[in-house]
Amino acid sequence: MIHSLFLINHSGDIFLEKHWKSVISRSVCDYFFEAKEKAVDPENVPPVLQTPHHYLITVYRGKLFFLSVIQTEVPPLFVIEFLHRVADTFQDYFGECSEGVIKDNVVTVYELLEEMLDNGFPLATESNVLKEMIRPPTILRSVVNTLTGGSNVGDMLPTGQLSNIPWRRAGVKYTNNEAYFDVIEEIDAILDKSGTTVFAEIQGAIEACVRLSGMPDLTLSFMNPRLLDDVSFHPCVRFKRWESERVLSFIPPDGNFTLMTYHVSSQNLVAIPVYVKQNISFFETGSCGRLEITIGPKQTMGKTVEGLMVTIHMPKAVLSVNLTATQGNYTYDLATKVLVWDIGKLNPQKLPNLRGSLSMPSGVPKPEENPSLNIDLKIQQLAISGVKVSRLDMYGEKYKPFKGVKYVTKAGKFQVRT
Amino acid sequence: MTTMQKLLQLPVNAVNIVKTVQSQVQGQEEDKSPVLTPDSGPQTWYSALQPDELRHLRSGGTGGGGGGGGDQEERAPLEDGGGGGGGTFQTQPLRHDDLKEMLDSNKDSLKLEAMKRIVAMIARGKNASDLFPAVVKNVACKNIEVKKLVYVYLVRYAEEQQDLALLSISTFQRGLKDPNQLIRASALRVLSSIRVTIIVPIMMLAIKEAASDMSPYVRKTAAHAIPKLYSLDPEQKDQLIEVIEKLLADKTTLVAGSVVMAFEEVCPERIDLIHKNYRKLCNLLIDVEEWGQVVIINMLTRYARTQFLNPNINESLLEEGGVGEKTFYGSDEDEDEDEDEKEKKAEAAALAKRKPYVMDPDHRLLLRNTKPLLQSRNAAVVMAVAQLYFHLAPKAEVGVIAKALVRLLRSHSEVQYVVLQNVATMTIKRRGMFEPYLKSFYIRSTDPTQIKVLKLEVLTNLANETNISTILREFQTYIKSMDKDFVAATIQAIGRCATNIGEVRDTCLNGLVQLLSNRDELVVAESVVVIKKLLQMQPEKHSDIIKHMAKLTDNIQVPMARASILWLIGEYCEHVPKIAPDVLRKMAKSFTNEEDIVKLQIINLAAKLYLTNSKQTKLLTQYVLNLAKYDQNYDIRDRARFIRQLIVPTEKSGALSKYAKKLFLALKPAPVLESPFKDRDHFQLGSLSHLLNAKAGGYQELPDWPEAAPDPSVRNVEVKESVPEWTKCSSREKRKEKKVEKPFYSDSEGESGPTESADSESDSASGSESASGSEESGSRSESEESEEASESEEEEEEEEEKKKKKQKEVKKTVQESESEQSSEEDRKHERKSKPRKSDTESESDEDEESESESSQSESEDSESEAEVKKKKKASEAKPPSKPVKKESKKEKKEMSLLDLDDFEPSPSPQVTPVNTFLSNSLVTDLEGLSLSDSVLAPATIAPSSALKSYELLHRITGEGLSVEYCFSRQPFSPDANMVAVQMQVTNNATTDTKNLHIEDVKLQSGMRVKEFPEIELLAAGETATAVMGIDFCDSTQAANFQLCTHARKFFVSIQPPVGELMRPVFLTENEFKKEQEKLLHNLGQLMGMNEITEKLTLDAKCRNEHAIVQRVTTAANLSRVPCGSDKECRFAGRTVTSSSLVLVTVATKEEGAAQLTVNCEKMVIGTMLVKDILLALTQ
Repeated sequence: MIHSLFLINHSGDIFLEKHWKSVISRSVCDYFFEAKEKAVDPENVPPVLQTPHHYLITVYRGKLFFLSVIQTEVPPLFVIEFLHRVADTFQDYFGECSEGVIKDNVVTVYELLEEMLDNGFPLATESNVLKEMIRPPTILRSVVNTLTGGSNVGDMLPTGQLSNIPWRRAGVKYTNNEAYFDVIEEIDAILDKSGTTVFAEIQGAIEACVRLSGMPDLTLSFMNPRLLDDVSFHPCVRFKRWESERVLSFIPPDGNFTLMTYHVSSQNLVAIPVYVKQNISFFETGSCGRLEITIGPKQTMGKTVEGLMVTIHMPKAVLSVNLTATQGNYTYDLATKVLVWDIGKLNPQKLPNLRGSLSMPSGVPKPEENPSLNIDLKIQQLAISGVKVSRLDMYGEKYKPFKGVKYVTKAGKFQVRT
Repeated sequence: MTTMQKLLQLPVNAVNIVKTVQSQVQGQEEDKSPVLTPDSGPQTWYSALQPDELRHLRSGGTGGGGGGGGDQEERAPLEDGGGGGGGTFQTQPLRHDDLKEMLDSNKDSLKLEAMKRIVAMIARGKNASDLFPAVVKNVACKNIEVKKLVYVYLVRYAEEQQDLALLSISTFQRGLKDPNQLIRASALRVLSSIRVTIIVPIMMLAIKEAASDMSPYVRKTAAHAIPKLYSLDPEQKDQLIEVIEKLLADKTTLVAGSVVMAFEEVCPERIDLIHKNYRKLCNLLIDVEEWGQVVIINMLTRYARTQFLNPNINESLLEEGGVGEKTFYGSDEDEDEDEDEKEKKAEAAALAKRKPYVMDPDHRLLLRNTKPLLQSRNAAVVMAVAQLYFHLAPKAEVGVIAKALVRLLRSHSEVQYVVLQNVATMTIKRRGMFEPYLKSFYIRSTDPTQIKVLKLEVLTNLANETNISTILREFQTYIKSMDKDFVAATIQAIGRCATNIGEVRDTCLNGLVQLLSNRDELVVAESVVVIKKLLQMQPEKHSDIIKHMAKLTDNIQVPMARASILWLIGEYCEHVPKIAPDVLRKMAKSFTNEEDIVKLQIINLAAKLYLTNSKQTKLLTQYVLNLAKYDQNYDIRDRARFIRQLIVPTEKSGALSKYAKKLFLALKPAPVLESPFKDRDHFQLGSLSHLLNAKAGGYQELPDWPEAAPDPSVRNVEVKESVPEWTKCSSREKRKEKKVEKPFYSDSEGESGPTESADSESDSASGSESASGSEESGSRSESEESEEASESEEEEEEEEEKKKKKQKEVKKTVQESESEQSSEEDRKHERKSKPRKSDTESESDEDEESESESSQSESEDSESEAEVKKKKKASEAKPPSKPVKKESKKEKKEMSLLDLDDFEPSPSPQVTPVNTFLSNSLVTDLEGLSLSDSVLAPATIAPSSALKSYELLHRITGEGLSVEYCFSRQPFSPDANMVAVQMQVTNNATTDTKNLHIEDVKLQSGMRVKEFPEIELLAAGETATAVMGIDFCDSTQAANFQLCTHARKFFVSIQPPVGELMRPVFLTENEFKKEQEKLLHNLGQLMGMNEITEKLTLDAKCRNEHAIVQRVTTAANLSRVPCGSDKECRFAGRTVTSSSLVLVTVATKEEGAAQLTVNCEKMVIGTMLVKDILLALTQ
């Protein structure tokens, strides 16, 4: 299985290595660097590389490469999924998954890696179990530890691993018992030049933050579960119950987790919250171009569209832009040729507009393709698919928890072709 | 063994050795003190790390001073804030001496600090091996974090310092004996991770011991240790396989994944080890942790390929098979499946004759149990299930995986990459599956190129006559992309669509020709190559295009494109007779500057023209051939020589030149544009080998389906010799025996000895889960059950074997009684009991029974359940009266031990043993032989046919749902201590009722309830029967619970009449008298306390013997005791829970006067029973 792990930063420095079997020289990473060189874009580095003696499986997260060395046949997704789980764990522990934070917590990181794999085979990947063994650093604890010489390692032995609900740690106690559920929906869409929908679908996820004492058994039911076309669950969800009654019955892990993700079938018409009028043209002569974009609300269900942002990857030939925005600011990164227009809240009375000229070096032929626009937006208090949580019940514990559900709609991969 | 002894002795001298070694090392180190000198090589990598380094250095300076070290460590990052520190790095080297000093100190905080720094060094890939002696001493440190870090260090460096590593072994050996399971496990984990060859025997021993540890967690660790030991010393394989075999039999979910992993690494070829565990693995699968699931599913795929027949073997035949067959195979809705399966088994024999293919029930089991995992959040699990379905499922069922795979496309780009590769392979074989998801493969400009290309591949594979126009429109957008590699791939994709779909060939060709005027050369070149391939299909029509392309030779520089054009012109020179020689002329001019492939095509063109138009081109050809003769490339020289000999007739040239024209201008078949993913599916999908399209090391080939199915009976689980004993002893004894002799066997799901503190916690955890009330539907806990099921299956089989001779007759009764009291599903198969009975094949029956059990609902306590199940099995395999007999014998034995010395003479030994081994038929025989001259009423043995039923839920309060219950007087097979309550549920409403089950059971202490399995669906107007068991604890307290449907809950309670709290026992008259005597004079109790006598006047209708028997047996579940006198009727029974004897005597006198005597240890029962019987006889 997974033989070794190397963490490599964006500039190609190996800043952490961990071996679960005998040591493999870091020179093995040279094959990766070669491929990285060739691929130009870090996203284009093939996730699986073959070298004479090893296989390298890499994931790219937070500007870091997690490079694992494999020696024998193993399902590649197994490794990829695990590496992402490692990154998730770091994020969970330290708030972010970046080079700096990993270096600052190198001992904790090392302890985590030690627990997560045994001989290259995943051992404990549940965050609740890990947190029982290795406590995540907090400011308070680090102060206490300095004074008392204490440590991050839990003095209690993790019993979670032994129970048949390994995702929940034992002996949870809170003074305020609360359970929050965020229903987050993302619209993936491709709109063509004329504004008609080529393809649109809704992907949803229920992110939970559960802080309940004891062993609560929760049941969450929907007003309209039939909308959900395809679902995937956290292991705590009882699948049979879902099959038969369409309710989510589960004993939750402690803390934050993704309860389920779902897909709303593309057969249902997906409401597109905004429309985009755009006109980007390059002139054959004069080495310049013109750009005009207007965004207006379309099907917003009476809510305000916030966090509106337009990102455009300009053709390489575009040297600079000279634009005026009626609302918000724009930036143009000369190196990456990315134009970002941050609009903010969409005001239906006064539609935001961005117009101006694009300049190109003379003599360069005009780009053939117009760049497509990537739209980002957010609508609070709305699940665009219409999914609604009808109730949440708790069994198994006496206290009355505070329960909250929040809905957010976001743009996922929302693209307008021009 | 000597090495072992040596090792064991080592620790005694450990301190000395450490000291000496340490001093040596120190001595060496004085010379090369700066830590970093040993690995200065890769230092350039670390430049970014130096701020971090600095932190350690600084605190290192003060570290020796005392507690301040830790302090500094925490503050440092705040102070220097990550600024550069490369300079100071050199001037203030961190000395290993300082670290050693810290490690040697008494303070844990200092040790910890030092260890943290050392681990940080390891993490950065620095050499810290010099510190080994200093670190290894701390292996026994009390501080848990220090210990952990020392372990980290040890695992990293033990391999390099084998001798010193041995010093730590004794600590781990001590750890292996620790009462705490987690410490045992971690000791084993580290011990097996330090790759030191000399400790192989110790490891082997430790693994063997841990494999039979009580704690499943330790066993899991043992499973992890197996591949470690194997890689260290492959010689141990045989012994390790034994351990694997043992662990494979483990019934806990915790172990399953790890041991299969070990199996795959050590002995994947020993597929025979899986047979016995196959069903168990299938059943456990859903509760195994995610990573284990992946490994198990992949292994089972391989297993299934060796054991089952290809389900698609008679595809055509099936399609003819008509509607019935189709639903039979096509349905994978869960509700249908149980039925399906039963159908299959029941009719297996018959079908085998009629139909050439019938899916093995085990094959079906695998498919059914893996399907829910498609909903896993873990992409690897989803992929594993998808590949399993792709490789194993009947064609009609594979479709279910498409949705899940499409879902994964939302995930990280690496996941997308792998999934798309697999989807691409799948779409070649099963295009229809992904067609509905066509749009999900549309490409966004922001996708990475490698993803774009893969999506394109999928889109191309999905293209057919109906969707091609949409796809081509989509392709048109892609062609304008800025990503030129992607554009090139799109052009190729268009070419493939054009070859595959005749209708759009011309459209595509026109589109591609337009691309020839594209500004980007790459695009043009790619188009040329594709056009060339397309033109080959119908060259006559397209001389225009060829002409157009001939013009392009002036501009296009991409060699492949040039070569393609030249080939085209040469091949179709008769279509362009004027242009061709001119092109050759131009080419001859530039010949020396061309790339090799172009040169080859120039020669080719020249040769072809020479053959068709030698007048114009003879000289040109010779010129070209001469140039080629002196080319640097030997291929070109060879080609020139070869062609010259062929086409230019000389006196020496052989017969071949006559055929030159035929050779060169033969009709060439058009190329088939194929997907690069074609035939990749001979690699197991989802594997590394599939992704690389090359066999990776350790890849296990996916075998072809066998021609004929191997014997399916190998998967039947076999008997253990000791089992028969257990079924006879009491539950308590049973448990004890298990604990002592087979500690491993007894503990499933973390229930183990009372010494285990952590275990008891997990027990309570599961307890609270069940208290939550929704347990019965909880999938988590189901594993327990399936374990139990398989366990009991074992037992049953063994019973089966024992009783093989009587089998047929017995079996029928078993089936009948079982089906009467079991769930809805069983009811379904009862309808088919006709073919079943004729089917004497025992296996299929057993399967079914175990099946229905696993679907049965939970009881609270898994431990007791295990026993219950065993009993159930025992009683099932024997005639209904049998378990009672067994118990009575056992109890008598116990009693007699007490009684013999103290009181009465024991019951005659000749009588009892006979009873013990009575079969049902024998009982009847004996009855005939009994002293009684009266004809016995049939009611004496069998329960009265007229069972009184009570109302549990009225249809008005139940909103259309009405429930009646009666005490069926059948032994409740899952637990002999329970009273069987048979419920008849009628749905009078107009709508269906779903998920009828029991919740929230409220009971008096000691009482227990075994719920009936959830009734999934009760259609309007339908009636279903369910049987539940209640242990009333020999009291008439009501059992309260809620009856829940999908919509409502109803509070109901069941209160038993006292007569139902007992079960009949068969006694002879002599025994009866003896028992009565005994009860009267029972141990230390006041005489007469156990006897209640009542005088009564019999009801007028009830003065004959028959009527009395009838009424008494109706009032109480007792059996009649044969009796010599016609004046007396005697009845005997035992209370269900405590098995206390209940003896009833009705002595009749003249004119309806009678005397009723009840003897019973339980006074309350006795009194109440008297009242009830009195009522029954006098009314």
